Amino acid sequence: MQILTFAAIDVGAYNVTMEIFEITRKTGLKSLNQVDYRMELGRDTYARGKIGNEMVKELCQVLNDFKRIMEEYQVDDYRACATSALREAQNVEIVLGKIYQNTGLKVHVLSNSEQRFVGYKSIASSVAAFPQIIEKGTAVIDVGGGSSQISLFDKDMLVTTQNIRVGSLRLRERLQGLENEARHYEVLVEEFIRNEIVSFKKIHLKDRKIENVILIGDYLPRLLVHETGDRQVISKDKFMELYQKIISRSPIELAMIMNIPLENATLLMPAAIIYRCFLDELGADTIWAPGIVLTDGMAYDYAESKKMLRSSHNFDNDIVMACRNIGKRYGVSKSHVQAVADIALPIFDSMKKVHGLGARERLLLECAVYLHDCGKFISLVNSVECTCQIIMATEIIGLSHREREMIAQTVRFNTLPMESYERVSRWTDLTLEDYLTITKLAAILRLSNAMDRSHLQKIERLRAAVRDGKLVLNLETKKDYTLEKGLLGEKIEFFEEVFGVRPVLKVKRKL
Amino acid sequence: MDYTEYKKPEYYWNRELSWIGFNERVLSEAKDKNIPLFERLKFLSITASNLDEFFMIRVASLKDMVHAGYEKPDIAGMTPREQLKAISRKTHELVESQYRVYSRSLLPALKKVGLHIVGRHEDLTKEQAAYVDEYFEENVYPVLTPMAMDSSRPFPLIRNKTLNLGSLIKKKDSKKNKEVLEFATVQVPSVLPRFVELPKGKNGERTLILLEEVIERNIGKLFLSYDVVCTHPYRIMRNADLSIDEDEAADLLKEIQKQLKKRQWGEVIRLEVEDGMDKRLLKILKMEFHIKDEDIFSINGPLDLTFLMKMYGLDGFEAYKTEKYIPQPVPALQNEDSIFANIRKGDILLHHPYQSFDPVVDFVRQASKDPNVLAIKQTLYRVSGNSPIIAALAQAAENGKQVSVLVELKARFDEENNIVWAKMLEKAGCHVIYGLLGLKTHCKITLVVRREEMGIRRYVHLGTGNYNDSTAKQYTDCGLLTCREKIGQDATAVFNMLSGYSEPSTWNKLVVAPLWMRNRFLHLIAMEEEHARKGQKAHIIAKMNSLCDRDVIAALYAASAAGVKIDLIVRGICCLKTGIPGISENITVRSIVGNFLEHARIFYFYSNGQEEIYMGSADWMPRNLDKRVEIIFPVEDERLKEELKHILEIQLADNVKAHQMQPDGTYVKPDKRGKTLICAQDYFCQEAVERAKKPAAPLDGRVFIPAEPVE
Repeated sequence: MQILTFAAIDVGAYNVTMEIFEITRKTGLKSLNQVDYRMELGRDTYARGKIGNEMVKELCQVLNDFKRIMEEYQVDDYRACATSALREAQNVEIVLGKIYQNTGLKVHVLSNSEQRFVGYKSIASSVAAFPQIIEKGTAVIDVGGGSSQISLFDKDMLVTTQNIRVGSLRLRERLQGLENEARHYEVLVEEFIRNEIVSFKKIHLKDRKIENVILIGDYLPRLLVHETGDRQVISKDKFMELYQKIISRSPIELAMIMNIPLENATLLMPAAIIYRCFLDELGADTIWAPGIVLTDGMAYDYAESKKMLRSSHNFDNDIVMACRNIGKRYGVSKSHVQAVADIALPIFDSMKKVHGLGARERLLLECAVYLHDCGKFISLVNSVECTCQIIMATEIIGLSHREREMIAQTVRFNTLPMESYERVSRWTDLTLEDYLTITKLAAILRLSNAMDRSHLQKIERLRAAVRDGKLVLNLETKKDYTLEKGLLGEKIEFFEEVFGVRPVLKVKRKL
Repeated sequence: MDYTEYKKPEYYWNRELSWIGFNERVLSEAKDKNIPLFERLKFLSITASNLDEFFMIRVASLKDMVHAGYEKPDIAGMTPREQLKAISRKTHELVESQYRVYSRSLLPALKKVGLHIVGRHEDLTKEQAAYVDEYFEENVYPVLTPMAMDSSRPFPLIRNKTLNLGSLIKKKDSKKNKEVLEFATVQVPSVLPRFVELPKGKNGERTLILLEEVIERNIGKLFLSYDVVCTHPYRIMRNADLSIDEDEAADLLKEIQKQLKKRQWGEVIRLEVEDGMDKRLLKILKMEFHIKDEDIFSINGPLDLTFLMKMYGLDGFEAYKTEKYIPQPVPALQNEDSIFANIRKGDILLHHPYQSFDPVVDFVRQASKDPNVLAIKQTLYRVSGNSPIIAALAQAAENGKQVSVLVELKARFDEENNIVWAKMLEKAGCHVIYGLLGLKTHCKITLVVRREEMGIRRYVHLGTGNYNDSTAKQYTDCGLLTCREKIGQDATAVFNMLSGYSEPSTWNKLVVAPLWMRNRFLHLIAMEEEHARKGQKAHIIAKMNSLCDRDVIAALYAASAAGVKIDLIVRGICCLKTGIPGISENITVRSIVGNFLEHARIFYFYSNGQEEIYMGSADWMPRNLDKRVEIIFPVEDERLKEELKHILEIQLADNVKAHQMQPDGTYVKPDKRGKTLICAQDYFCQEAVERAKKPAAPLDGRVFIPAEPVE
């Protein structure tokens, strides 16, 4: 039986956690050891903008100790991720450098959308009923230290996901000194976040009915787990009961009653209020509290990548759906982008041996296809620039900042002439490797886009295959294909320049 | 639950007086003529060393309270001052009793078996005297350091617990009418044996003389130009309570090292002098040690009876000693399989010293060599010199295992020892941790992480006694070897917590102090109370070393009042009162004092038929429940539960070594007339021998689960 041991490290806003998992095909994920060290990195970041030397030193010590514990289990692999506390620190690169130098660990800073995606994978990993739940309108509310995330699902698809910069630690630091007046404090927090939730509702919720709410995050959900038991479900009344228990007490009392550390108690109250505000506005029937954390998702992600686990839910599809929904918001022609996708993906697949790119790049290409026309919503003249900016300004779940950048550049060079890496690297932080990838993706996108130049979806069937150093595209059409064929020349040149393979069109007119 | 009505001071015994009662019970063993003579010497010696420790820790701490003006009464309503007064009276009585036993009972008995102890050097025969003087010249004189006090030399530092001879001397040439007495003192060297055996007499009789008598006889040789007016032995006890302010100590290790040097400078809290000491000499000592009359003990006999333990070791008197018991092998391990394979067959209960401590040492030793073991973690509180466990841990680290050891530096009187071990382990490549600020780590737990075909499996040993192979021969303790998943998870969390990481949100099985244990016990007791109220059967049996926690006792009173039958087996301090009408009539307390030191903690709750049994490291004392990291663990295997119930039953049936507490606080042995004599300790010895003889019978209905092939 193949067994993998994996360590997931989460450098969070108020704690540094490591969880060691044992992964088998048969039993899935099993947590062997969970080590949690309290350390408020976020306090430095949110208050001073960067992480102080003392903190970094302490962090390195903890990570070195984690390394030792990893050896205790002889882990096969590890992932170390950091979230907003590091992400928002001005000195993030320096901190990461010091960590690597002192511990040899590579810490990867997750973009918010990646972080949430992992978080939501972790739900899938622990809530067996997840696929059924998201058949109906479902909101996932994840309250973190620095910010909160709300994601909507409907009909097994991710509708949208938005980040609100309100988190328990950030709130506590902002409203320090007021927490003693419990009642007043509650109102303050509500005012603080209410309008954000309302505008979210207006734009995304519309007439959708939310039936389920899934709560994730560090403090409250973990307490709720005690109440929910194995069913992972809690009633609104029960929730409010616990809420009142939390809100009516001082942190010190809370710590005593609930048997939790005092620092947790000080974060519990703001977190509880944030959750309640969401619940009030969304009015769901069922509250789920699976009590999972980021490390669960990281392990799930790893297990999936090692083919130790297979989910019934297609997570990549969620990313694509998120892109299509963005496209929809900007009035993109659905049939056009679909037609381009139907051309681009077969080309990508048939060229696998030539371009050597993998599933992730294919996903980026798909995203680029669905997003490439967004900018026209704003300006027809300057649409490319607008598209790029929309892509960079929109959170797309599951994609890192770098990947969004790659999509934006692919879209840019879909229309504008290709530029040298030297120039591109001036306005992006893409590596040479990334640059080569976007060149390839852009070449495919250009060709595919041009093949539906008239936006009339003339192609009925397409077969693509590489033969004798040529990409043979057999297509069947009922309509006149002259316009497309005539304008293709330039794109074919570029395609050949990039891949060294010349596309050859064989049009079969069906009557 | 509100137990206020059960917390009245009159419902409690003072813990110090209760402790003195315990020492009296030990002393009663020394008096017992049914016990071999040399064993009685040992018991008397134990009462002496116990008393020394009591003064250094408990009396010292009460004195500190008085100095600090702390007036809060204890659970029995006594202020520190009142307690000291009562202690002084009681300890004087105890000491008198000790010496009565020594001179009236033991000395004559020893003489009868051919061992003569010369009490006064004046009684030596001529030949003997010559031998003694030669011994002095050759062995003693070179290591003596006499010290005098005069205007240019201040009173010297007298070390804690050392035996000294004080003399008054005067210049030889001084005029008769102008007599100037000076004080001089010499320490009886601790590097030499406390007694000297003299050449055998004609009829083979053996004779001993104490070292201080040898010196006293020759004291004139130390002060040549002086006349020695008088010489008397004396001994002092200093305040040795080591209280470290952990918040201020930047480096715990350094702080303890510093404290060790300071200890001998503490305030003098007890002065023992020879009965009939010269008044002038006594006055000087009193003044220099700033000591009051109630803290002075005039002793009619040799000071510091702990030498009797050494005397026990004299060879040639085997007939007057109890035959040495050899700990027996554990039946479940009497096969060729590795200890891990045996644990996988089912939980294993260890009962020391009836059963050998070797399995525990083996557990660590096999882990250190087993190629599949990844990590070993262990807490060490008090370890023996030359501990095989330490050697195995060091070996494991050298074999590339991840070894983490928690060394508790604050184990009383063992600090110096522990620092040495800690450093040695670190050198060997072990990861040494020193526990949590402000909390002594008292739990005894070992975790072995092993990689197996089916994944990681954790093996755990949990015990009631320290990982000390030499005390394991004298202390009765229990241990559990298990590989239950949930206990393994908890064990991992315990070590995380001890390394300074957050505690887990919940514990599966283990009950851990300081945070969770008190409430858990109170809850278990309250549940029994509830069952009794409903008219159901309710029964608590608890065995421990000391019981002095007010909350727990109040809960027991409430339970007893509701009709719960409560049987307590408490070896030492017990602040609970039995026989209070309407309150504790359903409670019995017994104390077993025998050859082995009763040390296991076992807690039994009837729980409406769903019997629950716990074992662990904690007594029902505030310090165990609030100030220490302790573990109580449930025993869930049915066979083991039966075994533990059997152990408790036998202990409750003991009518030889058990003393029962009376409503007036005294302890008496039960009436044996017409009853079969049961001595629990002897019973367990025999049982262990018998069980080790026959191989373990195969258990019915066991199914071995075939391993799955590797994919």
